Amino acid sequence: MKILTGNDLKTGDVVWWDGADWVRDVNASVDVGDRADEIAAREEAARRVNVPYAIDAERTDDGIRPAHIKDRVRALGPTVRMDLTRRPDDANAADWVV
Amino acid sequence: MYKYDTYDQQMVDTRVAEFRDQTRRRLSGELSEDQFKPLRLMNGLYLQLHAYMLRVAVPYGTLNGEQMRMLARIADKYDRGYGHFTTRQNIQYNWIKLEDAPDILADLATVEMHAIQTSGNCIRNISSDHFAGAAADEVTDPRPYAELLRQWSSFHPEFSYLPRKFKIAVIASDTDRAAMRLHDIGIQIVTNDAGELGCAFYIGGGMGRTPMVAPLIRDFVPLDEMVTYCEAALRVYNRHGRRDNKYKARIKILVHEMGKDEYARQVEEEFAHLKGEGIEPPLAELDRIREYFADPAFKSDLPDDIDRSDPDFALWADRNTVAHKAPGYVAAVISLKPVGGIPGDASTAQMQVMADLATRYSFDECRVTHTQNIVLPHVEKGQLYELFKELDAAGLATPNLDQIGDIIACPGLDYCSLANARSIPLAQKIATRFAENGKGDTLGELKLKISGCINACGHHHAGHIGILGVDRKGTENYQLLLGGSEAADTSLAKITGPGFDEDGIVDAIETTTDVYLAQREDGERFLDTYRRIGMTPFKEALYG
Amino acid sequence: MVEQTQMESEGRGPDAGNVLRLREDEGTAEPAVTVEAFAGQTNASAVRIEPGEDARELIPHIGRIARVEVNFPAFGDGRGYSAARILREAGYDGEMRAVGDVLVDQIAYMRRCGFDAFEPDAPFNPGDAEAALNRWNDVYQKTVDGRTPIWALRHGRKDGAVDG
Repeated sequence: MKILTGNDLKTGDVVWWDGADWVRDVNASVDVGDRADEIAAREEAARRVNVPYAIDAERTDDGIRPAHIKDRVRALGPTVRMDLTRRPDDANAADWVV
Repeated sequence: MYKYDTYDQQMVDTRVAEFRDQTRRRLSGELSEDQFKPLRLMNGLYLQLHAYMLRVAVPYGTLNGEQMRMLARIADKYDRGYGHFTTRQNIQYNWIKLEDAPDILADLATVEMHAIQTSGNCIRNISSDHFAGAAADEVTDPRPYAELLRQWSSFHPEFSYLPRKFKIAVIASDTDRAAMRLHDIGIQIVTNDAGELGCAFYIGGGMGRTPMVAPLIRDFVPLDEMVTYCEAALRVYNRHGRRDNKYKARIKILVHEMGKDEYARQVEEEFAHLKGEGIEPPLAELDRIREYFADPAFKSDLPDDIDRSDPDFALWADRNTVAHKAPGYVAAVISLKPVGGIPGDASTAQMQVMADLATRYSFDECRVTHTQNIVLPHVEKGQLYELFKELDAAGLATPNLDQIGDIIACPGLDYCSLANARSIPLAQKIATRFAENGKGDTLGELKLKISGCINACGHHHAGHIGILGVDRKGTENYQLLLGGSEAADTSLAKITGPGFDEDGIVDAIETTTDVYLAQREDGERFLDTYRRIGMTPFKEALYG
Repeated sequence: MVEQTQMESEGRGPDAGNVLRLREDEGTAEPAVTVEAFAGQTNASAVRIEPGEDARELIPHIGRIARVEVNFPAFGDGRGYSAARILREAGYDGEMRAVGDVLVDQIAYMRRCGFDAFEPDAPFNPGDAEAALNRWNDVYQKTVDGRTPIWALRHGRKDGAVDG
């Protein structure tokens, strides 16, 4: 699947396109198919997102998994500060990245 | 330490107002991201992997207690309770909001700090020797020259859209503690045969994709022509540096492709022309700046010995203090490399502790090193034990300066959008391995440096042992390099062979150090042994 | 300091975009020719420098130039800043116009390098241009704009104090 990600313009937070809005949870991402450029251009022009880009991802039993490690780190947070990630209570969350 | 006058303060305040206006125009959509990006970068604001990142300048690495306290306050108020000291003597915060950035710059300006030109294709913050003013071997304190260049390079109208970033280091001793020859311009303050101070200019060094050791371009520029010579060197670069390929845009490529003699000739020509333009500040300005860097009021007749009855203290004192030019004093290095910790990170509380200790033990002064540690430059030997106990209580007394645990590591893929692989977890695993197996204490001086990508923020080319993270088909892979040095005997490390995975590289480091332990002769550091026996024995052990 | 700031629609023929000129004179409407052509066209008085061209080639002809256009195809290419300053250092006192991808946040530095006219692809907001040109009360460097650098202010004071 193709999903869209970017950063919030004001806060810089990593955000994902859920079909209607930009949200913090990668698992809410929707498959944008061949509409990535169109959605990204529209949303960036409206300043609802900054520097959006499309990535490959797959739907797994654990949720949506970006194809590239860089986007998995973005989805989770820094693996060396688990307390600051989106899964602070999951001791094995960093394993999901690799 | 330098103090702003009303001019300096006004310049920084004006910059804050300018950036506030630019941020407003970005948030309202008047500026596109493409247009805003160079403006925010020239104020130290990146868009990183997880958020905006702000890099705050610590000019030539020198801070007073109040400034360090402000860095702590910013970590607390605008970030997530910590900051990361960098390999260019700066500090960066990882979780900044764009809408807060102008307020942060305003807060910094209240303590004579800023984030001006900590990124972007312009002249970056000037770095220097972290023992400046304390080292016994310096011909003069290099920081006044760095400060003069700070003012000259700030808001430079001709050199703010250079082909690429531009880094300058200034030192004043033969012992290079600032990796001077790995900068775009390295200046060494020297004395000539007549006993006059002047500048030796090394131009065209750098790490990154194409590491190069800067050649000597001019062996002596009189002090009252230093700014003019810099202007000439930069103008030749601005006009002729490559702009067709960002990987070939640094001045090292220009000097290399043009040849150092031809580059030097063109600089001389421009220099001769610019000497007629009256652009050089008078020596009186250098004198004015120098007064701020006068020695603090060192006491005389202090006891010169240390009570070594506490073995933990004795070990720390042996490893983490450095001889001082004034009898009875040492420079103490606070390691930001606890075993298993994140190299260079400091919490709000730790920054507050370091600020207070600087105030109480070191004439209110501290330094950031390019090795991501903090120096208290002027500590009385008689107070060293008390200082140690306070550091220890704050988790800041790891006795590992220049040991294998004193690892330089860039933020890597945990934070950086340019990275191909993580750096920090490797540093943690290596430091832990060598602490647990006890071998770390047997290795002596060993400089290990890790970069998460070819840009080399972790100085891997200059490590006695270097590690470079690469992307191999979507997984993290690590190349091993041996034999680099950033000291006066600058050399570039060479790759051993095929890369390793994360666990494999930790094993490979141990294999490498085992070869050293088996082969070293009396008094040899790892680097000395490597230089004597060469790469082959290491390769055989690693791949044989 | 820049009271003469004004937006004009003037310059290179009927298609000329917005031009911000900081000069009192009328200027010339003559179209600019290339650096290469300029030496041969002895009646030409306006010339356009592209990035990578050597501004010093124009120095022998400075006396007959009324307008130099320095083209910025991309705002990040800073070669034109050196080109302008080199010509001012050589004594050129005609119009120096920055043309192309010129952003309002760049014009204060451009002015310091000797530009006194701007013809941006996208017109400036006049308020932003005014603010940019008037923002910096003082400057750290001596360039070609006649402004007294801070180091000279520090040491030129009548009371002789060297501490600001």
